Amino acid sequence: MESRNVGSFVMPMGQQTQANKNKRTISSYVVQFRELGLLFFILLLAVLIQMRNPSFLTWENINDLITNTAILSILAVGMMLVIITRGIDLSIGATLALSGMISAMVVSHFPQVHPLLVLLLGTGIGLVCGGGLGYLVAKIGILPIIATLGMMNVFRGLTYLISDGKWVSAHQMTTSFKFLGTGTLFRINHLIWIALFIYLIAYYFMGHTRTGRQIYAVGSNPEAARISGIRPERTLWLVYVIMGGLSGMAGVLWVSKFASAQGDTASGYELSVIAACVVGGVSIAGGVGKLSGVLLGAILLGIINNALPLINVSAFWQMGIQGSIILAAVLLNAIVKRGVDRNHLMRRKV
Amino acid sequence: MKKKGIVQGIALVLLMSLLGACSGNNGGNNGNNGTPTNGGESSPTVTAQAEDSGNSGGKYAMIFKNTGNPYGEKMMEGFKTAVEEQGNTVILKAPDQPTAEAQIQMIDELISQKVNSIAIAANDADALQPALKKAMNAGIQVLSLDSAVNGASRAVHVNQADPDLIGRTLIEGVSEMIGGEGEIAILSATSQATNQNTWIEVMKRVLEEPDYSKIKLVKVAYGDDLRDKSTSETEALLKSYPNLKAIIAPTTVGIAAAGKVLTDKGLKDKVQLTGLGLPSEMAEYIESGICKWMYLWNPIDVGYLAGYTADALVKGTITGVLGDKFSAGKLGNDFEVIADGDATQIMLGAPFRFDASNIAEWKDVY
Amino acid sequence: MIEPRVLAHKLDFSWKRFFLQWEWMLVIIFIAINVMNINLSEYYWDYDNLRDAMMGFLDKSFIVLPMVLIMILGDIDISVGSIVALSAVIMADLYTMGVPMVLAMLICLAAGIVCGWINGMLIVKYKELSSVIVTLATMIIYRGIAYVILEDQAAGGFPEWFSFLGWGYVGPIPFILLAFVCFAILFYLLLHKTVLGRQIYAIGNNANASRYSGVKVDRIKIFVFVLAGFMAAVTGLFLTARMGSTRPNIATGYELEVIAMVVLGGISTAGGKGRMIGAIIAIFLIGFLRYGLGLINVQAQMLLIIIGLLLIAAVMVPKLKIKRTQKLRKT
Repeated sequence: MESRNVGSFVMPMGQQTQANKNKRTISSYVVQFRELGLLFFILLLAVLIQMRNPSFLTWENINDLITNTAILSILAVGMMLVIITRGIDLSIGATLALSGMISAMVVSHFPQVHPLLVLLLGTGIGLVCGGGLGYLVAKIGILPIIATLGMMNVFRGLTYLISDGKWVSAHQMTTSFKFLGTGTLFRINHLIWIALFIYLIAYYFMGHTRTGRQIYAVGSNPEAARISGIRPERTLWLVYVIMGGLSGMAGVLWVSKFASAQGDTASGYELSVIAACVVGGVSIAGGVGKLSGVLLGAILLGIINNALPLINVSAFWQMGIQGSIILAAVLLNAIVKRGVDRNHLMRRKV
Repeated sequence: MKKKGIVQGIALVLLMSLLGACSGNNGGNNGNNGTPTNGGESSPTVTAQAEDSGNSGGKYAMIFKNTGNPYGEKMMEGFKTAVEEQGNTVILKAPDQPTAEAQIQMIDELISQKVNSIAIAANDADALQPALKKAMNAGIQVLSLDSAVNGASRAVHVNQADPDLIGRTLIEGVSEMIGGEGEIAILSATSQATNQNTWIEVMKRVLEEPDYSKIKLVKVAYGDDLRDKSTSETEALLKSYPNLKAIIAPTTVGIAAAGKVLTDKGLKDKVQLTGLGLPSEMAEYIESGICKWMYLWNPIDVGYLAGYTADALVKGTITGVLGDKFSAGKLGNDFEVIADGDATQIMLGAPFRFDASNIAEWKDVY
Repeated sequence: MIEPRVLAHKLDFSWKRFFLQWEWMLVIIFIAINVMNINLSEYYWDYDNLRDAMMGFLDKSFIVLPMVLIMILGDIDISVGSIVALSAVIMADLYTMGVPMVLAMLICLAAGIVCGWINGMLIVKYKELSSVIVTLATMIIYRGIAYVILEDQAAGGFPEWFSFLGWGYVGPIPFILLAFVCFAILFYLLLHKTVLGRQIYAIGNNANASRYSGVKVDRIKIFVFVLAGFMAAVTGLFLTARMGSTRPNIATGYELEVIAMVVLGGISTAGGKGRMIGAIIAIFLIGFLRYGLGLINVQAQMLLIIIGLLLIAAVMVPKLKIKRTQKLRKT
C-alpha cells in the first residue's frame, strides 16, 4: 500500500491519477476481476472432467460444446439486459418456439425463400412479441414476472394453435435452411459466428453507447435516472424488444440446427438462461452485470450439459450433480467476490 | 369512482362470458363437437355443451399424454373416427404438460361430465389409479391405450404391439445391420416412461441369448424426449464409445435427434441407427441411408381400435376378461382379449417396418 | 408541523377506498368466472362436482400460503416443487423398506423442514446471492436426490387409510379442504395478527432499516423458508395420497403456478405489500376457472392462452385506473 505524507495532501489531480495508472499491472487487473471465481471454477471443472474422460478436451468435443451453447449464450445476452433493469423474462422459451414454428412452416410451404430472409422473419416475430411485452411492462407498468408469465402461456398456446399439433420435420425443410444451423465457415459453426457477432455488438452497445449506459442507470436507480433526463419507460421497452428479437432469432437457429420444429420446443429453457446470467454475476436486484460474466455463465452451463453424459455416472445422478455444480460455482463466486470487493475497498482507503 | 368499479366489474362479467363462449367454439373442433352421423354435416358453430343428449348415444372420451404431439393427434383422430362411426360423441383431451397430475384433473372433469368411457394414454402407470378407480366406481368404463396404466386401474389395455415382439424385432434388426457383433447403445426418453422401460428390459433379455452373444449393450442414455438433450446425449455416446456400432432409439424425438447428429458428423454406415420413429420425422434420414430401417405402428389404427373397444365395453359385448371377443369395424372381426401379466390387453398387431421402399408414402401421413 | 387535516384524512374510513381494494377486484372476477362457468356447462353448478374440483387444485395450494410470506419478504422460492418430490420420495422409499407409515409421514415433514432450512441458511449466509439463484440450484439438487433415491421406479402400496388424506371426507367436507382451511387461518393469523407478521412486512419494505431497528432479519428469513419447506412436504403427503404412488418427477412446474397465484393475489414481487386473503381468493379463482373450462373440454392450448390473458388483464385493470388518477392528480 502506498503511503501518503501529510505534506503531499494537496497533490494535483493529474499527478495522482498518473501514479494510480502505473499500478495497473496484470496481476492487479486479475484480482479486480469479479468473475475470477467463476473462471477458476470452470478451469478446475474442465480438469476434473478431463481426468474422468479424456475425450472431453478434444477439438471435436469442444466444438460440439460451443455449438450447443451458442444459442444459450445469445439468449443470455438479452436476459442480462432484462435482469439489469430489475426485470425478468420467463417467456423466451415460448417466443423461441413460436418464431421457430412459424419460420419452419414458412420454409416448408415456401421453399424458395432465402434462409436469411427466414432468419429476419423469425427475428421480426420475436421483436413483435418483445414489443408487446415491453408495452405491458414499461407503459402499463405490470410487474415483469407476471407479464412474462402470462405472455409465456399466450405464446405457447399460439404455437400449438398455429401448428395445429403438427411438427415440421427435416424432410420438409430445404437444405439451405438446415445449412444455416449446421454449416461452417472456416471450420467454425455458423452459430458460433453469430454468437460472437452478438457479443461484439453487445459489448459495444453496453459499454460505449449512451443507450447502453442508460440501461444500467435505469436498473440501478430508476428515479434518479428519470430525474437526470432518461425516460425509463422507453429504455425498459427497448430492453424487452431486444430480448424478444434475440429470442426470435434463436428460434430460427434452433429449428435449423435440430431440423425440427415442435410445439413444446424449449419448454423450461428460460430457467437455464436465467441460471447462466445469475451464475455469471448479474444481480437480480438490478444495475449490475457484465458480458464477460454472462459469457462465462453460459459456458459453465454448456460444459455441464456436455460433460454430464461423458463422466460415466449413473443417469440418475446427473441432475443432482448438475445442481451441485451450479451451487458450488455460485458459492465460490460469492466468496471470491467478497475478497475482490474487499480488495477494491482497501485500494480506496486513504 | 365506485360506480366505475361496478361498471368495470359488469364489463368483466360480460367479457368473460363472451370469452368463454368463443373458446368453447374454438375448442369445440377437437372438443365435444362430435357430429352425429345421421346428418352427415359438421356444424362448427355448435355451442360448447357437453350434453348432446338429443342426438347421440354415449360420450366417449380419450386423454392423451400431451398436446402438440403428432403421434397423439393421429391416435385421437382414429379414436374419433371409430366413435363417430358408432354414432356417439367424442371428447378429446390432452394436457399441455406430460404430467400425471394434469391427467388426474382431466379424469375428474370427465367424471363430472358423466361420460360413458375413458380411454387414456397414461403419463404414469400407477399414479392415476385412485382417480380411475373413482371413475370405474361411477360406472365409467376405463381402458388404456399406447401407454398402459396398471391392471387395477383399467378394464383392458389396447396395445399397439407386443412389447416382447417390439424388443426382439429391434434387436434382430440391429444385429442384421451390424453383422451380429459390436457395441450398441440405447437412447431412450425419460427414465420414468413405463413403456420405454418395458422395451429396454425385453431388449436386455434378448441380448442374453446365444445368438446375440457378440453384441454388447454399453449404455442406456436418457434424452428425456427433449431435442437438445437427446442431441447432446448422442454426441456423448459417440465420444465415449468410439467403437460404437449402432444406436437403438425407441422414441420419436430421440431417433430423429440421433439421425441429425449422425448426419452432421458424417457417420453414415459407420454407426447404424434404428428404433421407433415417426415416418415424417425420419423420412430424411431413411432416404439418406443414415437409418436403414425403423419400426412403428399406425397410431390411427390404435386409436380406432380403442374406440371400438370402448364401445364394446360400454355395450357389454366384452368385459375385459380373457377370451372375450369383439369386432372392430374396418380393422376386422376377430379381436380377442389376451393376457398381460395379471391383467388383460388387446393386441393390434405386429410392428410395422419403415424403410426406403415405403417411406415416401408414409411420410405425409404421420 | 404536521397538518392535522392530513392525519384525519388517513383515519377516515371510506367505503369507496375499501371496495376499490385489489382483493375486491378478485372477488368480482371470481364471481364473473363462476357466472361464466355456469353458463357454459350444466355440470358445473353441482355440489359434488365442485367439491371434487376443489380436491384437485387444493394440493398445490398449501405451498401458496408460505410463498406469500416469502414474497412479502422480497424473496422467492422456486425449489418448492422439488421439495414436494423429495419429501414424498423419501417417505415412500422408507415405507417400502418397512418403516411404519406414520413414522414415514413424520420423516417426510422433517425432510421438508430440512430442505427449507438449507435454503434459508444459504440465502442468509451468502447475502451476495439472491434467493433466485440459491433456490434455482437447490431446485435441481433436491429433485436430483429424489432421482437418486427412486431411480426409475414408482413407490406405492400405501395402507388403505392413507388415501383418506387425499380422497376422504369429514362429514360433507373433503378432508383436504378442511386441512387447507386450518392452515390458511393459521397463516392469516401469523401474517396479520402477530408481531412476526409485522416484522415480515417491515423486512420486505426495507431490510436494512429493519435490521437496524432490532428485527432479527436472518432468523425470520430462515423461519419463513423452513415454513415453505414444511408446507411443501405437506403437499407431498396430500399429492401422494391422491395418486396412491409417487415418483421423482411429481410436482414439476408447481413453482410457476404457485407464483402466479400469489402474484394474482396482489402480492408484489418487490416485497412489502399484499395480503393473505388475496392469495387465497386467487387460488380458488384459478382453480375454478380451470375446472370450468375443463368441463367444456377446452383444448390445452386455448386454456394456456386464456389463463395467460387473464393474469395480464387482472393485473392491468388497476394499473390503468392508477395511471388515470395519477394523471388527474398532476393537473
